[in-house]
Amino acid sequence: MSDTHAASVPYVRETMLPQVEPPSTATGPVKWVHQSLFSSIPYTILTLVALYVIFVILSGLLPWLLGGVWNTGNIRECREVLDGAQGGCFSVLTERWNQLLFGIAYPQDGYWRPTLAFILLFVAAAPVLFGAVPRQLLIVTVLYPFLAFWLIWGGSLLVPLAALFSFAIGYVVYSRLVKSSFAGGLFAGIVVGVVVWFVAGFITSNLTNVLALEEVASRNMGGFMLNMILGVICVSLSLPLGIVLALGRQSNLPIIRLICVVFIEFIRGVPLITLLFVANVVLAYFLPPGTNFDLILRVIIMITMFASAYIAEVIRGGLAALPRGQYEAADSLGLDYAQAMRLIILPQALKISIPGIVNVAVGLFKDTTLVSIISMFDLVGMIRGPILASTDWNGVYWELWGFAALLFFVVCYGISQYSQWLERQLQTDHH
Amino acid sequence: MTTMSDPQQGSFRLSMLLNDTRYRSYTFQFIALMLLIALMAFLGINLVRNLAEAGLNISYSFLYVPAGYDINQTLIDYNSQSTNLRAAVVGILNTLLVAFLACVTATILGVIAGVARLSNNWLVSKMMSVYVEIFRNIPVLIWILMIYTLMTAVLPAPNAFRGDNATSSMLFDAFAFTNRGIYVPAPVWGPGSMIVVATFVLSIVAAVAYRKYAVSLLFRTGKLLPTGWPTLAILLVPTLLVFFVMGSPIGLDYPALKGFNFRGGLQIGAPLIALWLALSVYTGAFIAENVRAGIQAVSKGQTEAAASLGLRPKRIMNLVVLPQALRVIIPPLISQYLNITKNSSLAIAVGYADITATLGGITLNQTGRAIECVLLLMLFYLTISLSISAIMNVYNNAVSLKER
Repeated sequence: MSDTHAASVPYVRETMLPQVEPPSTATGPVKWVHQSLFSSIPYTILTLVALYVIFVILSGLLPWLLGGVWNTGNIRECREVLDGAQGGCFSVLTERWNQLLFGIAYPQDGYWRPTLAFILLFVAAAPVLFGAVPRQLLIVTVLYPFLAFWLIWGGSLLVPLAALFSFAIGYVVYSRLVKSSFAGGLFAGIVVGVVVWFVAGFITSNLTNVLALEEVASRNMGGFMLNMILGVICVSLSLPLGIVLALGRQSNLPIIRLICVVFIEFIRGVPLITLLFVANVVLAYFLPPGTNFDLILRVIIMITMFASAYIAEVIRGGLAALPRGQYEAADSLGLDYAQAMRLIILPQALKISIPGIVNVAVGLFKDTTLVSIISMFDLVGMIRGPILASTDWNGVYWELWGFAALLFFVVCYGISQYSQWLERQLQTDHH
Repeated sequence: MTTMSDPQQGSFRLSMLLNDTRYRSYTFQFIALMLLIALMAFLGINLVRNLAEAGLNISYSFLYVPAGYDINQTLIDYNSQSTNLRAAVVGILNTLLVAFLACVTATILGVIAGVARLSNNWLVSKMMSVYVEIFRNIPVLIWILMIYTLMTAVLPAPNAFRGDNATSSMLFDAFAFTNRGIYVPAPVWGPGSMIVVATFVLSIVAAVAYRKYAVSLLFRTGKLLPTGWPTLAILLVPTLLVFFVMGSPIGLDYPALKGFNFRGGLQIGAPLIALWLALSVYTGAFIAENVRAGIQAVSKGQTEAAASLGLRPKRIMNLVVLPQALRVIIPPLISQYLNITKNSSLAIAVGYADITATLGGITLNQTGRAIECVLLLMLFYLTISLSISAIMNVYNNAVSLKER
């Protein structure tokens, strides 16, 4: 073949050139460094400035962290040990560890109780958060609120058991009646549950010593435990309330819609701190004379209302984002309002709203620090009050604030990472 | 075979209130209304009884009695003999001041961080994500208290600036960073300074008019006028000319160490700085996320289409990407401004005299008028929130896509 073309074509390559590695500047780390750090003069300057900033931060932080003192009794001993060297007095954390986590007044021999409740929280939350966890664990989730109450507040085990019993009876009544009418089932379930609880309350009030843990008053809760208690309770309570408010705001019953709109806009329009003022100084005026219930309970009510308004707005967004066809499909199947919402609309709308709900939950958890302003001793309150004001540790600022920041960061960052993971999991459409 | 028939007319039975969808909605609304009225009545009766028992009444006359406490940072004249109402007004102005300052700096910070997070420079974008994650996930109260600690416990006392071998020195002989606050030069308005200010205002109007003219000329004739340098010239040249012609009527009053403290200049108290900085960096992290999301929401095809039309990168940004991104960015941005205003109520934690600290704090504690004070406080924040929401709605209607 090559012979016939030899006259007209001066040169024909008959073999492929062997493949060659790309030049070293266009591959591997060199290319990466060049492209992402030094691709142009402004970028190079930017990179150098960034490197300098990182150097300054680390050169201040690392000696302080690594040269820290962990086992002295007070700030003077700590300064003696440091002897002018750079380093943090982290011994404040070891010495006041229990105060930071549990507050001042929680009984010392009972620290295992909130700790156990905290560990069980993960077991209880796991089946809700992760689909791969065996469904049988949901029993723990159902039992957890009663168990955690008993562990943290103490008293007789019969009290939460009575609540659990009445809850179960109410649920049985509800599930019997829900087939015929959702409203009737719900109403009957609540009424029966309350009646049973009332009756059981009479019985348990005489048996205060059965399986009793030492009782702890709410005002003795403190430290990071208080933040966790407020955060967990308020988020879980505000979720159902938020769903109801969102449905109310979307409903076509004008009076109910008006009530929900006014409630949501009012709550969202005022800062949480004013609601905490209400809990602290005003709420007592609006309750029957002589009622005197815990500050912590009043705060829980207010924070729950606050969070539910925000969650309602998130869920309303989810409801509005559902295609109109879903509502019409539910109608055309002949489902009534409650069935359509429970079976068709809410499962989809809640799925869309999960990232927003998690954002609200993270914000709410951060906002639990505000209770320190109405002189409750949560983590921030403990640091500002008893610890920084004590003669032992007056002046150890950064170790304490750093610790508080770290705790909150770990929890909030963890939750937001979980929400991003869940968002990817729930993505059923393919881009 | 069953046949559909219209519901029977005219024969209303009581059970239809529950079973007939036409009447059921009325039943439920009636029940809801009754429950609401019952709740209101319950709360109202309790309130009346509690007030009678405590010998109190609802009265706002406490607003007109002297407040009897001092406020260290005020925008209007105030002393301890002023009324509680004036203290509240001082608080309102302080709230608005710190909210305004924080909105401006948070926006700047957030836009820079949001854009830098999308940068191709790996180091810069990673640093910005670290900034965003750290500041978003730690409560703003902790940031406020940390920066306040930085201001009061780490910065030197004024007497460290004293003597021949002072341990601290002023920056450019004009700024002093002390634990009592930051001292900056204060402007002194001499006679004729109003003319300079008026000239400057007129220059702004002229600059805006010039830019409008440039755009309309571009649209009519296609002729492109330069805008950058002329705008700067229109803004600065007349004002500077008038300033020197009038004999420099606006001077600066530098802070100087007199005795144990700085005198002169403008003192920005540590609480204000702490609140301002903390709100800025905290909200800036959220704004950065909004900005990033907004820019990413503009599809890449838009940039490519603009490039294929022959637009240069800067014009692509200004004419194609930004107008579309702003539509996504502005609504969450405004709700961040709202958050700043609401979060500024945390001023009470560092003793900055905002409305929560004056009306809801000291006035409440001194007069014991809890209901009235908290009510007024909520009313103030509600007014702000609702008016900002109204502005946002107007804006959303203006920029929303006009679909046919």
